[in-house]
Amino acid sequence: MTTLSIDGVSRWFGNVVAVNDVTMTIGPGVTGLLGPNGAGKSTLINMMAGFLAPSTGSVTLDGAVVWRNEEAYRQLGIVPEREAMYDFLTGEEFVRANAELHGLPDPVAATRRALATVEMEHAAGRRVETYSKGMRQRVKMASALVHDPSVLLLDEPFNGMDPRQRLQLMELLRRMGAEGRTVLFSSHILEEVEQLARHIEVMVAGRHAASGDFRRIRRLMTDRPHRYVVRSSDDRVLAAALIADDSTSGLELDVKDGVLRVEAVDFARFTELLPRVARERGVRLYEVTPSDESLESVFSYLVAA
Amino acid sequence: MYNATVARLTYRALLGRKRAALLFALPLLLLVISVAVRLLAGADDGTTGDLLGGFALATMVPLIGVIAGTGAIAPEIDDGSIVYLLSKPVRRSVVILTKLLVAMGVSVFFSAIPTFFAGLILDGNSRHLAVAYGVAAAVASLAYSAIFLLLGVVTRHAVVAGLVYALVWESLIGSLVPGARTLSVQQWALASASHIADGGAISAQVGLPVAIVLLVVVTLGATWGAAGKLRRLTLAGEE
Repeated sequence: MTTLSIDGVSRWFGNVVAVNDVTMTIGPGVTGLLGPNGAGKSTLINMMAGFLAPSTGSVTLDGAVVWRNEEAYRQLGIVPEREAMYDFLTGEEFVRANAELHGLPDPVAATRRALATVEMEHAAGRRVETYSKGMRQRVKMASALVHDPSVLLLDEPFNGMDPRQRLQLMELLRRMGAEGRTVLFSSHILEEVEQLARHIEVMVAGRHAASGDFRRIRRLMTDRPHRYVVRSSDDRVLAAALIADDSTSGLELDVKDGVLRVEAVDFARFTELLPRVARERGVRLYEVTPSDESLESVFSYLVAA
Repeated sequence: MYNATVARLTYRALLGRKRAALLFALPLLLLVISVAVRLLAGADDGTTGDLLGGFALATMVPLIGVIAGTGAIAPEIDDGSIVYLLSKPVRRSVVILTKLLVAMGVSVFFSAIPTFFAGLILDGNSRHLAVAYGVAAAVASLAYSAIFLLLGVVTRHAVVAGLVYALVWESLIGSLVPGARTLSVQQWALASASHIADGGAISAQVGLPVAIVLLVVVTLGATWGAAGKLRRLTLAGEE
């Protein structure tokens, strides 16, 4: 169980502030670091990985400062965004070199285990330069896992992967998180984060914009109406009952699609109201779907704020 | 202070296709010219001195130093693959020292040994010229490796900076401006060569004690500087 703490961290390059006074704690489980390009995600990950000194503040791993601390890498596994590897090596040689650099007692066995974890044994004897992007990503992953780290940092790990490889990597990261490892991955693709991590840290323009379960973040944003799609046995009766209450601000009876679209301004009250009025009016609810709780809408609200 | 895995990766990267071709081409050219000169002009100490001092020591040795010294680290920093070395519990001074030893070994192998054999071909080690220039090439290779390794860590234009140093400073300014000769690796190496060769066969602008001190100071200073810079090296993201 390892915790990565970012405490009052800023980083600037000349006059440009890339990361501005960020404080966050990354604990066991899978955390998504989300933000548009240029938000400061990679700068933050580089500071967490000890590749960049914070201009102010500190990054610590279970209390130990990461910058200029080679020993931290015994616990850290890093999957960098950049493509470059030692292309002249085979996948097996590359992962074994990483195992040796970690000083593992049996680098050959550790290499075999790591390659099996990412299902790359079949191509382990081929040179890295012949690999597809997805294969490279998996071998990078194997090299990060070879010393069985308690913390895994991945910078845009799904870039360039096909859907099948993406699902495989997601499954692997879920497993790592479930095993109690601290897994942090960055992405600007919302669906990826939504599928993999309920806990997100959102960066916008160098600032830490939000932290926590993305659905809860969405609910906390009370200045925005919450939209729902409702299917019921009698949408018209339900609509009349809902609009009479202050918790709703708008309704659309979509006869063509056979749904009721509701805009609620008071989330807590509405979630209590809807089942109550349905029961009172004898209306059966077939489906209640939040239509704007996707990470994308949370994210666009935060960016626009 | 040495890591076998870092050494293996560095050695394999250095002897990869393009760099290996350059490393082999220059010594091969020297040997071919030596054979041609010997066949056409016969054995002659003056010609041997001109070829080994003018081409081997003044041009080939610094160029091989540039290829080996910068090639040992600069490409990894440029493309970002150095991240796989730096994200390990290995001290960065160990990374630098290991890479320096590999660069030195490659430089000596591709410059000192061919220089010695070229001397043998040209006039059969007459007046100990082959041994003297071979030792000078080896001594210069050690210093060049450290200097160019430092350049490889401090600048993204290490090869250009190295070529400017090797060709402009060592070859041009070093031969035209008297004061600059004192600060020339070539002259320090020649000081050791003049000590080995029979009296008067090789002349140097710097005395042997001064040359040894400067060689040691520059080599150690460059190594220390490279280790310090690698320790402070930051890897910026794509953003």
